[in-house]
Amino acid sequence: MSVDFLIKRAKEIQVVIDSNAPEIEKLDQEIGDGDHIFNMQRGIKLVIELEPIIKDLSMSKALNQIAMKVLSGIGGSSGALFGTLFMTMAKSSNIDKGVSYKKAIDMFTNGVEAVKERGKADVGEKTMMDVLIPVANCLKQGIKNDKNLKELMIETIETAEKGMLSTKNLLATKGRASFLGERSKGHIDPGARSSQLMIKTVCESILNC
Amino acid sequence: MKKFMNSADEFLKESLQGFGAAHKDIVTCHYDPNFIIRSKTTKEGKVALITGGGSGHEPMHVGFVGYGMLDAACPGFVFSSPSPDQMIAAIEKVNSGAGVLFIVKNYSGDIMNFQMAAEMMTGPSETILTNDDVAVENSSFTTGRRGVAATVIVEKIVGSLAEHGGSLEECKQLGEKVNKNSGSMGVAFSSCIVPAAGKPTFKLGVDEMEFGVGIHGEPGRRRDKIKSAQEITNELSNAILEDLKLENKDEILLFVNGMGGTPLSELYLLYDNAKKILDDKKIKIARSLVGNYCTSLEMQGASITLTKLDPELVKHWDSAVHTPAIRWGM
Repeated sequence: MSVDFLIKRAKEIQVVIDSNAPEIEKLDQEIGDGDHIFNMQRGIKLVIELEPIIKDLSMSKALNQIAMKVLSGIGGSSGALFGTLFMTMAKSSNIDKGVSYKKAIDMFTNGVEAVKERGKADVGEKTMMDVLIPVANCLKQGIKNDKNLKELMIETIETAEKGMLSTKNLLATKGRASFLGERSKGHIDPGARSSQLMIKTVCESILNC
Repeated sequence: MKKFMNSADEFLKESLQGFGAAHKDIVTCHYDPNFIIRSKTTKEGKVALITGGGSGHEPMHVGFVGYGMLDAACPGFVFSSPSPDQMIAAIEKVNSGAGVLFIVKNYSGDIMNFQMAAEMMTGPSETILTNDDVAVENSSFTTGRRGVAATVIVEKIVGSLAEHGGSLEECKQLGEKVNKNSGSMGVAFSSCIVPAAGKPTFKLGVDEMEFGVGIHGEPGRRRDKIKSAQEITNELSNAILEDLKLENKDEILLFVNGMGGTPLSELYLLYDNAKKILDDKKIKIARSLVGNYCTSLEMQGASITLTKLDPELVKHWDSAVHTPAIRWGM
């Protein structure tokens, strides 16, 4: 995995998020305050705009730049959470001399752990953690069992989708949707949906390469 | 959507530029990262009060920067928390060495970003979390009550103590007392429109209201048919009175806050109706505030806040203040 890989995935994610924007916006208006999609779109655009600055940087420096950019450019919960994700990934040891898939998974799962800490949310609270935590566990398990990469990607896509769908009948206990109480039930969490879409995009491009 | 704007992307910047230019005698605006500080340097040894939150609640918080209130405010995008780089840049300008007190409304995004700022900065800091909205149940299983209009009262009273030499610890304690002594609840007749969204955050029927609405148009306790002002006021006041457990002869501050789209005539009518209830319960209105202070863009609606007072709180409420939005005593 290289900095170029990050930029390419960001561009693919932009296409996917843009084409699903009306759905995500609608989900957020049902149980949130409607700004999630704009935050996501702004953040992705800012990351892509970083290309000329980060393309020749080391992995750790590039990830740090991305972290600071999403932190300051998105703002809100999304900025803090995604900023924490990339900042933690940047801190992983020995990532400047080539990143294997195994290492990349390690970086990602550490990042998810830090996001969980920052947002104080766990599985079952109707947030993006309902996608990210099962995905991190699935990836960790796959590495442990020396699973074939393509199989692992297919399994990860399924895990993300299952996690996203699970939020529909959950009662929100974190974030803005928690203010709705029982009224939050019956709607998929917009953050879970956008996370699932991003994971699917990255996994699919690994499958197709 | 009908809004005075040129483009959604420039909305915040142009609004802040206007604010900075109109009040340049009191505040100085800095951009990229965005933060507003007093035009006069914070005096040595004074605890620095820094706050922030999503834009769209004006005058909260930028309008409360100035003598006797805040040292700095960090405005995020509309309804979106500011980011730590804004707080760090503000701290560099206003921290005089006596410590930094963050005043944060209890919303996940604000909490996370202020927490990151506290981790990144050097030197002592403390945080007051406001959570006065009685519409939402407080439970260890949820994010908890929201911080809404009473944040204005916290900022005024703590601002006064900080101006008069209170230590970081004393300021934090006083702020927590004001928060604990305060309860708020609001009702909306219409939605607001986030500029970038271009359409209403939620939909209400012509004869409907959202009872217990949040300051971003988040749903509250329930959706209901519109009732008379007196009936609405009764319900809002009783929810707060029950929460604060106010008794006979308690002295309070009655704050009727507009959400942005309700005229002052209606806010004063609400004040009258609330006064009838408080008179009836022999609760004394010792201080008052009526106006648009903690708004939700163009939302039609209002909230009522009650703060139980004691001589210390009255003294700091009355002390001189000179900000774009609140000025008295000087």
